[in-house]
Amino acid sequence: MKVSLLEIKNLKTYFFTRKGVVKAVDGVDLKIAEGETVGLVGESGCGKTVTALSIMRLIPEPMGRIVEGKILFNGIDLVRASEKEMQKIRGNRISMVFQEPMTSLNPVFKVGLQIAEAIELHQGVSAKEAWERAIEMLRMVGIPSPESRVNDYPHQMSGGMRQRVMIAMALSCHPRLMIADEPTTALDVTIQAQILDLIQRLKEQVRSSILLITHNLGVVAEVAQHVGVMYAGHIVEYGDVISLFRNPKHPYTLGLFQSIPQKRRTKKRDRLRVIPGTVPDLLGLPMGCKFQDRCSHAFKKCREESPQLIEIEHDHQVRCWLYG
Amino acid sequence: MEKVEAFAELKKNKTAMAGLLLIALLVLLAIIGPSISPHNPLTPDPIHRLQGPSWRHPFGTDSLGRDILSRVIHGSRISIIIGLIAVSISLVPGTILGLLAGFYGRRVDEPIMRFMDIMLAFPAILLAIFITAILGPSLLNTMIAVGIVYIPHYARIVRSTVLSLKEQLFIQAVKALGGSNLRVIALHIFPNTIPPIIVYATLGMGTAVLQAAALGFLGLGAQPPTPEWGAMLSEGRQYIQIAPHVAAFPGMAIFTLVLGFNLFGDGLRDILDPSLR
Amino acid sequence: MDEVLVEVKRLRKYYFLQRGLFSRRNAVVKAVDGVNLVIRKGETLGLVGESGCGKSTLGRLILRLEDPDEGEVRFEGRDILHLQAEEIRKLRRDIQIIFQDPYSSLNPRRRIDAIIGEPLVIHGVAKGRELEEKVIELMKVVGLRPEQRFLYPHQFSGGQRQRIGIARALALQPKLIIADEPVSSLDVSIQAQIVNLLLDLQSEYRLTYLFISHDLNLIEYVSDWVAVMYLGKIVEYAKQEVIYERPIHPYSEALFSATPSLDPLEKSRRILLEGDVPSPINPPSGCRFHTRCPLRIDLCEKEEPQLKERPNGSLVACHVR
Repeated sequence: MKVSLLEIKNLKTYFFTRKGVVKAVDGVDLKIAEGETVGLVGESGCGKTVTALSIMRLIPEPMGRIVEGKILFNGIDLVRASEKEMQKIRGNRISMVFQEPMTSLNPVFKVGLQIAEAIELHQGVSAKEAWERAIEMLRMVGIPSPESRVNDYPHQMSGGMRQRVMIAMALSCHPRLMIADEPTTALDVTIQAQILDLIQRLKEQVRSSILLITHNLGVVAEVAQHVGVMYAGHIVEYGDVISLFRNPKHPYTLGLFQSIPQKRRTKKRDRLRVIPGTVPDLLGLPMGCKFQDRCSHAFKKCREESPQLIEIEHDHQVRCWLYG
Repeated sequence: MEKVEAFAELKKNKTAMAGLLLIALLVLLAIIGPSISPHNPLTPDPIHRLQGPSWRHPFGTDSLGRDILSRVIHGSRISIIIGLIAVSISLVPGTILGLLAGFYGRRVDEPIMRFMDIMLAFPAILLAIFITAILGPSLLNTMIAVGIVYIPHYARIVRSTVLSLKEQLFIQAVKALGGSNLRVIALHIFPNTIPPIIVYATLGMGTAVLQAAALGFLGLGAQPPTPEWGAMLSEGRQYIQIAPHVAAFPGMAIFTLVLGFNLFGDGLRDILDPSLR
Repeated sequence: MDEVLVEVKRLRKYYFLQRGLFSRRNAVVKAVDGVNLVIRKGETLGLVGESGCGKSTLGRLILRLEDPDEGEVRFEGRDILHLQAEEIRKLRRDIQIIFQDPYSSLNPRRRIDAIIGEPLVIHGVAKGRELEEKVIELMKVVGLRPEQRFLYPHQFSGGQRQRIGIARALALQPKLIIADEPVSSLDVSIQAQIVNLLLDLQSEYRLTYLFISHDLNLIEYVSDWVAVMYLGKIVEYAKQEVIYERPIHPYSEALFSATPSLDPLEKSRRILLEGDVPSPINPPSGCRFHTRCPLRIDLCEKEEPQLKERPNGSLVACHVR
């Protein structure tokens, strides 16, 4: 067993809205080992992004708040860290790449300056050196002729290029953990392939861990070693990528796989298997298992009591009463 | 359904409710005021001129000895009417021009909007003075002048709303279904421009009253002895050293009305503008 | 089954971007640049390509939401590019569209019954009691409850809104439906519901689809024929089984290989393309793919390849293969 770099224990992040309490993350446990890529998958509103923002302590207060749990990063509990400590960690030891490469760069500054700024801030080097390092980072993420592109403004770059710049920025301080929130969702397939390849390669190079958040199961299969499937604020299934993808156990995970047409396997005459119902409204969640309304196996116990994550085989856990 | 929700939101918005309360008070005053006002606003009483506030004249008297409280009360009706009429005069043509310019684009848009730009190039008060000078000083002409001055504002707001709506897929969908231009404008675009218009019109009420008061102050608006707040303010100016209350009370009345509409308008914007949700 | 419903020939649409009020230098976006296509009755043509390749524009041109600059579109053998306004209105009954974004494709201020009934009102098909009955029937067909017709769009989820959009498109019993990324803004578990609905409707009403998507797995599943588009041009057009078995054009090949597989052990032999998709503003000369193509030869830069039939029946535009 490798040492875990990040360990989330029973994390609960709630949002207190006018209409009621939204339990966006409701008891999440997750471990990320040194140098490992963990995929967190789920549909909109399942809590995957809120989990990431909780790690970064970027939950918009006072509406949202971490109400319970621990996030241990190298032994420090980030939930209890002061804002000042967090500022040292953010962008330096933990960095984040967002979905939208259009809006996450400031349009009025040169990209080089934006990368250099982070380096200067966290590494305490001179402006000149930071600039040199920025060029180096751009070269590393595969931007051709970085000496001239460093002077570009974000609008002069394509979406794929901008995402490379974001990754360069995120990696510029050699973080231990990089959180990538839907990093390829806004990109075209051929560009997505380039970015995934880049992330893979860089991970080897800088040996940081990655938390990859996405709704795309294919992307997870491609790059992650472990996967957590989230539904309505819970991790419903967790395991190493091979056993989870080969042998999904939770009815939700299973349903997801069956509802996606697969290469040369699904024939048009047979309809796709569907998960009935809609993505749950976090304000009106039922007692017991959150998936019960859409589950074809639901029985009495599911409506009464919330299941716990239990180990069903080595490195594979499921939160479902069907398995105990 | 939607309206019920909007009203519930409104009740929760303290700014809007404060504004609404002020407006309601003034409207109430305008309706029942004249029957409760202690004195005739037009009867001069030269013996008691320029008296400070007292039990008999809570707001004091003006240079002709008229009761300022009564004049302010009667003036509320005039000011609210000015606001309503001036705003409608700018709103109706402004909306139509904005709809046409935004929807048809280019050949219709260019002449309309360039003309609007020309109007906007004049300072509002100067243009209003110019129009009243042509039409002749009177209360009605003040309203027309103020109304005309603000047409470009409505045209611009409606046009920009239409431009963003035009790109919305539901407009494309109606076109794809074979809907006529008239149908698209009347049933699909116009209803969606109403929220921003309401917000702007509410804020515009305050501005219109202020402009009308300014024209009144310059002697171009309501003619004596009409108790219009701006004209009263202007009159009080001469006595500001010896009897400041003559100008102060109509000034406060204008302030209250404008504040009421502005607060309400700001609150409405928060509620109706979906981009802020 | 081989009856042709739509035939597109040399279709072209350029957009001229005005650089500024006083500037004469205009940039040209070659959105659709000489496209030839055939859509057969009762079948689905899947149109794939990356953002900005012109696939949505092509759909809108066939629908006559926009006017092409040049070329021909024949619907049931009839040229539809030179119709009078009144005839275009009638054509709307035969060709309909389902949009990608179920949020902006429904007017937020109209009730569901008004939205679904609108095409029937516009074309004077039904009114009053009859209109209401038709709306109810349409709602049942797409899996909505009739009592939901008194609600407003914001009271529905994305999937339900897409069902409303489908009901509206079906109202006039069209022959061709252009489905422009109909599920790509929906959650994964909802996508399958909508895809199944579209397929059920196709077999029930013998609909023809032009199915536009960037999701290759989905296109494989729904299509009978597939057209791959790159920067305003069709680079490969083939039967679904054929192209998915072995794509011929190097771009199709790279595109198909880039789609992540759901099997973590199937480490794909990805073909990574160099560089970005070039801008459709002043696209590359010759073969538009030559800037990224691993197989390019000198000829590719100079001469534009035409679609030519290959032994397996596919049409491919490539000098090398």
